[in-house]
Amino acid sequence: MGTSVFYFVATLSVIFSLMVIFSKNPVHSVLYLIVTFFTFTVHYILLNAQFLAVVNFIVYMGAIMVLFLFVLMLLNLNKDNEPLKSTLVKVVGVIAGCCLVVTLVGTLKATAISDPVILRNPNLGLVKNLGKELFGPFMLPFELCSILLLSAMVGAILLTKKEKV
Amino acid sequence: MGDITQQLQGVPLNHYIWLSTIIFTIGVIGVLTRRNAIVIFMSVELMLNAVNLLLTAFSVHSNDPSGQIFVFFIMTLAAAEVAIGLSIIVMVYRNTQSTDVNVLNRLKW
Repeated sequence: MGTSVFYFVATLSVIFSLMVIFSKNPVHSVLYLIVTFFTFTVHYILLNAQFLAVVNFIVYMGAIMVLFLFVLMLLNLNKDNEPLKSTLVKVVGVIAGCCLVVTLVGTLKATAISDPVILRNPNLGLVKNLGKELFGPFMLPFELCSILLLSAMVGAILLTKKEKV
Repeated sequence: MGDITQQLQGVPLNHYIWLSTIIFTIGVIGVLTRRNAIVIFMSVELMLNAVNLLLTAFSVHSNDPSGQIFVFFIMTLAAAEVAIGLSIIVMVYRNTQSTDVNVLNRLKW
């Protein structure tokens, strides 16, 4: 019964991510993307990565998706606003994606690793363990991330500002 | 929480790789076939999340917390990328009244 949870959630992830790219209305795409991210949160919980599950829930489903929805509402996009690509481009895109899947899975077959994922250390994904790792060997990248976020904030404000103040 | 994860012990690593491959490819197909810039951004988010899931699975598999730290950094980068990208989309919409990427072909030749 234990592994069937994974396959059920994985099926839901694939279905909802397909609906993200094939739904006509962008607002529906955003809502399906939120459901997809929720299934990813369930995956993280199944892997006992509790810190990542919480961060995924808050940052992706909370912040990023709200940003997407705000921009969609600001732009006032209608359903018939998007001219569809020609059928040829769509078919070629799907064929190219299938070729990518075949290539990657074929490469994977050549390596032939299929050990089951076993959680050896139950404290692996907890906040305490990850915090020690984050503020120990990964101190410099962590500080650089703060500079990245600051510059992104300044850039976003500068880009969306009107020309004349 | 521990009971759920104790039951997980049987999923092979290959199945995680297949799931991530499929979702990454769905993102690639979305980038190739859609013309709305916002939907293209959503497809990029799907690709980033597929990589995140794979990094977490490998981290648990090899008992190394560095993979989950990388996922944290990727989430930071995704937040910055979405902020900048959406502001660029807002600016493009202000200039062209559309988010169609095919309108933006002035730099093509």
